[in-house]
Amino acid sequence: MKNIIEMLERSAAVSPEKTVFRDDSADVTYAGFLDTVRSVGTYIAKTGIYKAPVAVMLGRSVRTLGAMFGVLCSGNFYTVIDPDTPAERIKTVFSVLKPAAVIADGHSESLAGTGFKGRVIEYAEAAECTEENGILSEIRSRAIDTDLAYVLFTSGSTGVPKGAAVSHRSVLTYIKWYAETFEIDRGTVFGSQTPFYFSMSVSDVFSTVYAGAELNIIPKTLFSFPMKLLEFLNERRVNTIYWVPSALGIIANWRALDYCGLKYIKKVLFAGEVCPVKQLNYWMEKIPDAVFANLFGPTETTDICTYYIVDRKFDGGETLPIGRHCGNCDVFVLKEDGTEAREGEEGELYARGSFLAAGYYNNPEKTAAAFVQNPLNNCYPETVYRTGDIVRYNEKGELMYVSRADSQIKHMGYRIELGEIESAASALGGVSSCAAVYDRSEQKIVLIYSGGKDREEIMPGLSERLPEYMLPQKVYKIKEMPLNQNGKIDRRLLAGSYKQVCAGIRRNGG
Amino acid sequence: MIKQDIEILDEISPGTDWKNQDDLLEKHILDSLKIVQLVGALNDEFDISITPVDLVPENFKNAEAVSALVERLSDE
Repeated sequence: MKNIIEMLERSAAVSPEKTVFRDDSADVTYAGFLDTVRSVGTYIAKTGIYKAPVAVMLGRSVRTLGAMFGVLCSGNFYTVIDPDTPAERIKTVFSVLKPAAVIADGHSESLAGTGFKGRVIEYAEAAECTEENGILSEIRSRAIDTDLAYVLFTSGSTGVPKGAAVSHRSVLTYIKWYAETFEIDRGTVFGSQTPFYFSMSVSDVFSTVYAGAELNIIPKTLFSFPMKLLEFLNERRVNTIYWVPSALGIIANWRALDYCGLKYIKKVLFAGEVCPVKQLNYWMEKIPDAVFANLFGPTETTDICTYYIVDRKFDGGETLPIGRHCGNCDVFVLKEDGTEAREGEEGELYARGSFLAAGYYNNPEKTAAAFVQNPLNNCYPETVYRTGDIVRYNEKGELMYVSRADSQIKHMGYRIELGEIESAASALGGVSSCAAVYDRSEQKIVLIYSGGKDREEIMPGLSERLPEYMLPQKVYKIKEMPLNQNGKIDRRLLAGSYKQVCAGIRRNGG
Repeated sequence: MIKQDIEILDEISPGTDWKNQDDLLEKHILDSLKIVQLVGALNDEFDISITPVDLVPENFKNAEAVSALVERLSDE
C-alpha cells in the first residue's frame, strides 16, 4: 500500500455495511464513509488545491474524520485544529502552515479574529458533492507514499508551535506494527479518548480503518463523570482503549470500577505521559484478564517508538519501563560523549526508520536541530530523530524513561514547552519578567511573574493566547524574580521551591 | 460556606468570577481534571467523602450546587 485511503477502500470492500465511526449523533458504515470521503475529496480537488495544507476545524465528531480522509483523498494534507483554540494561537499556527483552505461549518465563529483570508469550505456542502472518479483516480495515480498526510502541531519553546509533517508511508508502516502487535481486527471496538489534533488519535483512527474495526468517539464531558463514562463503554461494547494515563487515572482515583464493572474490555493501552503504577494496579486488579501496555514516543515518530506489554507486577514505588523498539523502527541511546549507553547509563534516545516524520513544516532550523545524520553512521545519508528524552536500560534490557533534556513537560498527556507559556505571559502588558515551572508532585503548571499587572488579569489574558491545556493552575506575583549566578531567572530554584520563594512575598505583594 | 468553597475553586482555576457563573460545565470552566482536584480539596477541607455516585453534572453546575452538595454530605 502507498496511500492511507487504500486501507479504507480495502476495508469498505470487505465489509461495506459494518460501522466504522460513531459519535453522539452519527453512526456511519464503511461504504457510507467512503462515499462521503470521495465527495469531500472531489470537492477539494475541483478547487484546484493540490499537495497543499488544508486545515480542518469541525470539533470532536465523525465530520472531522470525514474531512481528514477527504483531504487525503484529494491529494492534500490536513491539520486538525480545535475550534475552541484562542484566535491568537490559530493565527500563529496559520503563519507557519499557510493553509490553502479551511474546512469549517456554518456556525463556526472560530475563524473570526484569525485574519484568515483564504478559501473556507463548508463541510456540509463538500460532503454532498457528486463524486467524480476521473479526478480522484488521476490524483491517486500520481500519489507516492512519501507525500504528506498531515501536519500535527506541538508546543514550541519560543512560542511558535512546531508542525511535525508526517507522510503516508510513516502512517502505513506505523499502523501495520500497531495493528499486528495489539491484534486489532474486525472485532475490535475502540473507545477513543484523545483529540484528533493529538498524535495518539492517529493510532486508533487509522488502525480502525486498517483492520475493519469500529471506533466510538467518547464525548469529552463523560470524563468528568466516571460512572456515566463506564456506562457508555459498556453500552457501546468497547473492548479496546488507548488513553492517556490521566484519563485512566480518573477512573482509578474514583475507584469507579468498584461501582460498575467493564464487561467487554480486553486491551488497555496507554501513552502520552508516565503512568502511575498505583493507578495501573487498580485497573489490573479489576480487569485481570486484559492486556495492558505502556507505549512511548513523540509525534515525530508518528506516535510511538518503544512499547512495553506489562508482564509482571509492579510496586507503588517502581516505574514502568518504556520497553523496547517497535517493529520496523529502531532506537538507540547516546551518552553526552557520543558513544552508546550501556546498562544503567543515562543518555538521549534516538529513533530511526520509516515511522519518522519528514521534519517540521516550514521550519528548516528546528528540523535541522532534531532530524540529524545518524551519529553512528558516516557512510551514507541516514536521518535519525533526537527525541530529547533521557533514558537508560535496566538490567532486563528494557528502556526506562528518566527525564527531558530541555524544559518540555507532559501535562495530562499533552506535550508542553514551558517556554511557550512564558512567551504568552510576557506578551501581556504589565508583566516584566516571568517563569513557568511544573510541580510534578501536584501535577500543576505554575506561573511566577513580576510587574505591575494584577494577578486576576493574568488568566483572562493567557486564555486568549494559549489552549486550555497549557493554562497554569497556579499564578504567583512576586516583587523580584530570583536570579542565578549568571543573572538569569533561577528556574531550578523556582521549580524546586516556588512555594517557599513566593510565600513571604505573597503576603506583601499579592 | 460559599465563601470557603469559592476560595477552593479559585485555587483550582485562578481568576474565574465564580459567583456569577451559572453553568461551570457548559462553559468548560470545570473539566475532568479540575473536578478531580476540586473534589479532593473539598473532601480534605470539609472532611467529607464524595463518591462517584455524587459525581453528576447537577452537583457541579455552579458554586451554589457545589455548596449544597458539601452541606448535604457534611450532615450525613
